[in-house]
Amino acid sequence: MDITLKEIRKTFGRVNANDRVTLAVPGGTIQGLLGENGAGKSTLMKILSGYLRPDGGDILLDGKSALFRHPADAVRAGIGMLHQDPQDFPTLTVLENFMSGRPDRLFPSRSAAMSQLRKLAATFGFAFDPRAYLDTLTVGERQQLEILRLLSLNVRVLILDEPTTGISTAQKAQLFDTLRRLSAEGRTILFVSHKLEEVESLCHGVAVLRAGALAGTLAPPYTTAELVTLMFGRPVAMPQRELVAPGRPVLELRGLTAVDDRLRLAPLDLDIRSGEVVGLAGLTDSGQRLLLRACAGLVRPTAGTVRIGGLDLTGRSYPSFRSRGVVFVPTARLEEGLIGDMDLSEHLQLIRPPRGLFINWTSARTAADERIREFAIRGRPDTRMRDLSGGNQQRALLSLLAPPLALILIEEPTRGLDVESAAAVWTRLRAHCRAGTAILFLSSDMDEILTHSDRIVVCYCGRCSPPLDPAAADREILGRLIGGKGWDREAAG
Amino acid sequence: MIRARSLWLQAGGPVIGAGVAVLAAAGLLLLAGVSPLEAFRQMGLGAFGSANRMADVLVVWGPLALVTAGLLATFAAGLWNIGIEGQIVMGAIGVTGVLRLLQDAPLSPWLVLAIALAAGMAAGAAWAVLAGLLKTIGGVNEIFGGLGLNFIASALILWLIFGPWKRPGIGSMSGTEPFPEALGLPNLAGTRLSLWSLALGLAAVGVMALLLSRSVLGLRLRAVGSNARAAFLLGVPTRRHLLTAFGMCGALAGMAGFVQVTAVYHRLIPSISSGYGFLGLLVALIIRCRASWVVPVAAFFAAITIGGIQLPIALQLDSSLSGVLQGLLVLGVLFSDGFRHRAAARS
Repeated sequence: MDITLKEIRKTFGRVNANDRVTLAVPGGTIQGLLGENGAGKSTLMKILSGYLRPDGGDILLDGKSALFRHPADAVRAGIGMLHQDPQDFPTLTVLENFMSGRPDRLFPSRSAAMSQLRKLAATFGFAFDPRAYLDTLTVGERQQLEILRLLSLNVRVLILDEPTTGISTAQKAQLFDTLRRLSAEGRTILFVSHKLEEVESLCHGVAVLRAGALAGTLAPPYTTAELVTLMFGRPVAMPQRELVAPGRPVLELRGLTAVDDRLRLAPLDLDIRSGEVVGLAGLTDSGQRLLLRACAGLVRPTAGTVRIGGLDLTGRSYPSFRSRGVVFVPTARLEEGLIGDMDLSEHLQLIRPPRGLFINWTSARTAADERIREFAIRGRPDTRMRDLSGGNQQRALLSLLAPPLALILIEEPTRGLDVESAAAVWTRLRAHCRAGTAILFLSSDMDEILTHSDRIVVCYCGRCSPPLDPAAADREILGRLIGGKGWDREAAG
Repeated sequence: MIRARSLWLQAGGPVIGAGVAVLAAAGLLLLAGVSPLEAFRQMGLGAFGSANRMADVLVVWGPLALVTAGLLATFAAGLWNIGIEGQIVMGAIGVTGVLRLLQDAPLSPWLVLAIALAAGMAAGAAWAVLAGLLKTIGGVNEIFGGLGLNFIASALILWLIFGPWKRPGIGSMSGTEPFPEALGLPNLAGTRLSLWSLALGLAAVGVMALLLSRSVLGLRLRAVGSNARAAFLLGVPTRRHLLTAFGMCGALAGMAGFVQVTAVYHRLIPSISSGYGFLGLLVALIIRCRASWVVPVAAFFAAITIGGIQLPIALQLDSSLSGVLQGLLVLGVLFSDGFRHRAAARS
């Protein structure tokens, strides 16, 4: 199906999310949509898939005007979207999820759906247990299921919004094969990403958005420099790792184990010294999250000890850790990290040790203005957090980390961020290290792990490797460990 | 910080909602075969037709404003303090207990009243904190906890009135033996209105408005109410703040109980709360966190309550029409607010 977007406009408050975007996508191709965070990619795709209504402009499908009032209308017209955050039902089974969104029938046939699911899964080499509950699946598997579900609804256009976030390298390769195959069958794919190499290797054409407007379109062969210039208007350099002489031990784990509903952490000894950055690598939920939370007092260890700055805090709760200079920065920014309905001035007053009973809002706004300049946040002191883009939310979150800090425990520091925002995040974190703060972070982005860690710990099914030197560990070695290979040798060495 | 939105945006939803509610009420009246205009006129007369009636409206306004001011704290913290009725009752019981104990003691009546006020606020706060502890320790939703505690409080007050505190001779629904005049707040001549009740109501609204918009505590309560998990990770002790919100609300409910006992009824009666707890919840629902709106909206609701009394006399209608109108108002305002939000989200 040929898609033409004509002069699409959409504003949120004062933000111009889409500013007269015009784009033509020929049927049967894989069209990349590239842009930094807040460039307007997701908005444009949500408009195409009926999730949002544009303020102006038109959508033509095979030349016919089609503006949807509802995502279900778009699916009926053959357009399906895979959202950045899975829009599925974790408490239902694989089969029930697969059957959701079908044209209504009071008693849908489970057996017919089952055989359709099996057939589709076999076609693409996916393996599902139809009776498994969705919350036991990885993000990558949930994505595969969602693609099959959309295909079963006969979509001819598939939109994928940042589909490679949070899935393994193997799953990514499988996803790309699937997409190439679907396009060869004549389906049109719109692939939204801010990762250059993905777009370069996959797409038949790339459109770049910048600040809501179409910055340009490119056809292969692409040059990275050209893409980066279109995206940012200028080249970006990532801050380099600098060696900070590690100081006193900040975090000491001895025989630490912890349990959550899915995983048991094998006993772990680990020391982290001040000024040091330790990266936790591994497939989603291999123990990194649990380890990080146990180090913050958010999960009670079942055995072993946690010492912070030499003080035994085993079994204490997060406020005790926080009062010793330990902060936990979660992945889910709007769910756990920030208060969506409050602005930056309010957040800054919230974390400030109270001086007196009342708040001086004039000086609070001045303080917020300073942070906004210092952290290059695109927003105002009274912009609600939920109205900021992801990258700016992350900057705001970092601006709330008030030194002196002993230890920053941070999940996915740059998840969903573009190169420029990611560089800003790490520049900030590095500044904390220079002041003596230790950082323990987890990331599903191997480049991030390799670029920023002084030492790397790989987790696999609750086991944690001894710390590896990033100079000695390359992608190959890490990839094998993450995938569960070579553990006996590593564990012995 | 409370954002400065234009007055029209703030008022638009409620005004449209109130309009819809009035139209719906008019429809009901037509079905009952009564001219809506006449009914509304009678209600207006009932509320404002004489100085005495206006005084009656203010008699309702005082405790209603106190209760609503308290609910601002729990609403800010994201809590549905349904237990507010029981907190008024427990406050009134605390006040009555102190007055009974000290009415014959050689103390200044003002000192006795002050001790009674403190006891009432403490009793209301304790009953509210109990709902808070049920929630924070036992995971009992405050709606269910509050409902349960309301039943217990109304059973307790009945037992006291018909048991240990019954009038000499026989207990009755008319309540305990009235207190001596010296142990009541002074009323304006010929009315049940005490200026103290108005002063307490105004002071409570003012203090809550200031606390919520300008104080560290108010900011933290709003943070906990808006996203408790994030507030916890940002270092706000969430449990303590939930309990604080309950305590503040319960103390003001207890103060309302004090006003009911010492200024209005001068004794403890079974329906001492007069349903002001639930009425306050309705007012709080309409105004949400806009503290300054407590004064006019509570006055409006008080006027409807008093004005409704006129209906059976003048038009042979049931006075429960006031309740219907109040309910319709809340539904109308909430509906128009929700509708505007949805429309704004979609556009």
